This record gives sequence, structure tokens and C-alpha cells, in this order.
Amino acid sequence: MSYKTIASIANDLATKKVSSVEITKYYLERIKKFDKDLNSFITVNEDAALSSAKAADALIASGKAHPLTGVPIAQKDIFCTKGIKTSCGSKMLDNFVSPYNASTIDNYNAAGVVMLGKTNMDEFAMGSSNETSFYGPCKNPWDTQTVPGGSSGGSSAAVAADLAPAATGTDTGGSIRQPAAFTGICGLKPTYGRVSRYGMIAFASSLDQGGIFARSAKDTAMLLNVMAGFDEKDSTSVNVEVPDYTANLNDSLKGKKIGLPKEFFNQHLDNSMAAAIQDAIKEFEKLGASVHEISLPHSDLSVPAYYVIAPAECSSNLARFDGVRYGHRCENPKDLVDLYERSRAEGFGEEVKRRIMVGTYALSAGYYDAYYLKAQKVRGLIRDDYKKAFEDVDIIMGPTTPSTAFKIGEKAADPISMYLSDIYTISVNLAGLPGISIPAGFVNNMPIGLQMISPYFKESLLLNFAHQYQTATDWHTKTPEGF
Amino acid sequence: MSLTAVDIKKIAHLARLKMPEADIEQYLPQLQNILEIVEKMNQIDTSHIEPVANALDLSQRLREDKVTETNQRDEFQKIAPSVESGLYLVPKVIDGE
Repeated sequence: MSYKTIASIANDLATKKVSSVEITKYYLERIKKFDKDLNSFITVNEDAALSSAKAADALIASGKAHPLTGVPIAQKDIFCTKGIKTSCGSKMLDNFVSPYNASTIDNYNAAGVVMLGKTNMDEFAMGSSNETSFYGPCKNPWDTQTVPGGSSGGSSAAVAADLAPAATGTDTGGSIRQPAAFTGICGLKPTYGRVSRYGMIAFASSLDQGGIFARSAKDTAMLLNVMAGFDEKDSTSVNVEVPDYTANLNDSLKGKKIGLPKEFFNQHLDNSMAAAIQDAIKEFEKLGASVHEISLPHSDLSVPAYYVIAPAECSSNLARFDGVRYGHRCENPKDLVDLYERSRAEGFGEEVKRRIMVGTYALSAGYYDAYYLKAQKVRGLIRDDYKKAFEDVDIIMGPTTPSTAFKIGEKAADPISMYLSDIYTISVNLAGLPGISIPAGFVNNMPIGLQMISPYFKESLLLNFAHQYQTATDWHTKTPEGF
Repeated sequence: MSLTAVDIKKIAHLARLKMPEADIEQYLPQLQNILEIVEKMNQIDTSHIEPVANALDLSQRLREDKVTETNQRDEFQKIAPSVESGLYLVPKVIDGE
């Protein structure tokens, strides 16, 4: 399979080698051909895609285009899109057509980027395999018996199979980086507050952050230029300058210090994974960076803290789904409590209910201090471990996941083993730091991801490291057979 | 901390989730397992640690109290399960007797 990059499509559009309508049709055809099997999209709206492609072509002809005008991408079905269904992977919102756009959607629209469709995901972004989706599991194009990761599994599978040149995702505990690792593509989770959460359906508000799936660091940088920025409509948006993320891609890595947390190379990590990650890190030494062992001593408490904070915030956020103003409503409620209880029991799937209950318990009278407050204190320790580590090193590296993609159904009956597939990504969300996963080789013919973590708002540094690695290696150009 | 079926019933009601008896048996061990993982936090003393709500230590921005939203009632109610004369309809809450 030969694939196109965002950079090459943008160039072809600017030089009029191809029109937006043509390139949009190309991907719509690929979706038609391959997605019956993969199930990476929940909604594909051809008419809307083609009409924005036409508008983009007119803009390009008028000479007023943004560098990405006319480029088609996929959007995770968690971003509200005016007039097009936004399901969040749930029966609860199967009938929901948002009356407004998420700021991310507005930003892409303003740049003239075309939306191909809305991608499959774990229900309300709660899951690590895409199996909790109301619309059925999405498959990993590298081996359709395995999961594409989650929660943004549809986005990762769509990009890996070249059904879209790039896609958005959201990451609360690893939901961009883990699927990117499982499907052999790049996945960036920016600093908390870098990308607006307005209109991005909330799961755990203090952890959720929107981000990007793409083939290369360069493509990721071009898209982050559109997606990042201050938004008055998001009260946790941070007002810091947005640099040109493509500007530093070619900087030398000479003299840069890489920290390897010894806790990331622990008993959970598969041996062949560990060897492949060490090989990837050697490439950075060849590029002039030095490697140092560091410690993040509270790492093993990140899963415990996360499984209090995320469910607690989810139970609060999902209280809004009450069957009154929008979303699923049960038939013939006998009174108001019955309306709430049956609408919610019918509208939410098992994993979502499990997390709502854990969160409700953790926040209930008498338990708040023991669970939520305790978890927020542990969160402080985890954050401070990173702060201290960054006094000595520029960037932290390790595996994105403890293993390659697992089989569909393998962990579905055991929530705890599913939760542990995010052990290396969760602490980054708790600390609010930016992180990226890039393709770094294969174990048993399945892709693996290298995770890189930088200080706050240093996305440029992550992209610089990623681009230099991709200049020296070609793992990111590998594609699955059959597409 | 060990949970009982009565706890699950209470939690489900607090969360406004209808919970058939059969489901309680299923959720009980699952929630129990999750809480066991969570209780690893108790291995460390955090009595002198400040809780962190925002990792960047930022607080919520304030803004001037200006009207910024326009009235979009009709637009919002188009997607409601049941409305009448601009009102959301729910089952009777107070008896008229």
C-alpha cells in the first residue's frame, strides 16, 4: 500500500496537481471498500464532505487558502459537529445531533480542512480496545483478530489502513498514544490546556485532552498548528503563545539528554518489547543525544490514582445524561426517578456503568477523603516526580504499552487487565504533560510504539525528536498488507 | 474495604442506574477488584501533601458577567425527547390532589 501524507496532499493541492474534491473522493472510496470489515467509522457523510471539498477548491482558486485547505481528515466521534450525528460511541447519544461545533471542529473548518467522517471509539472514551463501542469493535488493520487500541481505536485504524491521512483523537489515560502504538502510527497528546475541550464530550475533565493521529511528526506538527490555541469557551484552556510546530523539526539533537525511567522497564514489560525499545533509543544516541537512567518513584501508584480520579469525574460529567433534554429516553416512565434510572441503565453500556458506580462510590459521603482527596495527593507526587526528572533531562522515553495489540475478546471480561494496558501512559495525563507515541519497530509482526514525554508546552521538542528519528529510520512508513 | 450487595444497590441508586438483582451479582466482584487496586494508594503517607486538581496549578479563569449566549431554545429543543410550548416534558412530579 502506498499512502499519502498530509504534507504531500497539501503540496499537491497548492500546486493544483489534485483538487480537494478528487482527494476527498479518493478517501471516501477507500472507506467504502475497506471499512465494512474494519468498522473504523461510525458516520460517513459524503455529501457534507464533498460540499466542503468544493468550497475548499474555490478558496484555493481564489488564492486565499490556508496551507491545509482542502486536506481531508477524520474526526473522533467525541467532537460535537453541528448537523452531523455525534454519538460518543454510545447508545445514549445514538440519536444526538449537536446544535453546535466543538472548537476543534471550528478550528479545522476555519482552515478549510475537510471532514471525511466520525470515527469509532470506546463508549464515552472509556476503554483501551474499542470493544465497548455501541457500534461494535473496530479491528486492527495489522491483524484483524486484534484490537486497534482505545479509546480512539477508530481513528488509529482508519489512519493505519489509509482510510484517512490523519485523524483527531482524545487522550484521558492513553487513548491516543496506546492506539497509535498498536497500529504503527504517530499519536500526540498535547499539554493539558493546549487544545480546547469545548464541545469535546467530557469523560474526566482534569485529564481529557484532544490530539492527533498521523503518519509522521511533520504531519502531526502541521495539524497541531491548526488545533492548538487559547479558547475562551474552555475554562481550563491555557493562554500561552502557539509556536509554528513545524519550525524546529530539523533541529539537531546533539547534546540533548534523554531520561529512561527504570520503572518503565519493569516486570510488566514484555522482553522482546524491551529489546525493541532499547534499539530505538540507540538511534537517538547515534543522533547525538545522551541517555540517562532516571526514577519516577511513584509510577506504580498512577493506575490506582487514575481509577479514582477518572471514574469520579466521569460519574459527575455523565450525570447530565438524564433522558430529559437530549439523548436516549426510556419508554413509558412511571415517575421522574424511573425516567432517570431506566434511561441511563438502557443508554449506557457495562464499562461506563462500572466507572460511574466506582466514581459515585468514591465521591459519596464518608469516602471522599479516603479516595478522591487521597488520589489528588498521589497525583501531586506523580507530577512532582516528573518535575524533578526534568531538572536533569530534556525528554523522557520508554515503551508506550507493555505489549503489542491483544486479541479481540482477550481482556474484555477482565476490566483490571484492560486497565493495566495503560500503565505507561496514565501518569502523563495525571501530570498534565505532553506525550507522543511513534512507530519504533515490530514484535511478532505487530507494531510497537516508543513513548516520549516532554516538559509542559514543549510539543515542539517532542516533534523535533520524532522527526529526527523518522529521518534516520523508516518504521513510520510501514503499512499493513491488504489495504 | 469490602462491599456488599446492599452497597451496590445504594451506589446504583445514587448514580440513578436501574440495577436488576442479577446485575448486582456481576458488579459486586468487579467493583471490589477495582477498589482493591485503588487501595494500593494507602501504602504511602500523604498527610503532608497538597491535593492537585489541575496539574499546572492553574485556577479557573473568571470573566466579566456579560450576556454572551443568544437564545437558541428552539434549536436545543429540536433534539429533546419530549417538549411542549417550549417546555421539556417529564412525568408528573407533584400530585395535583
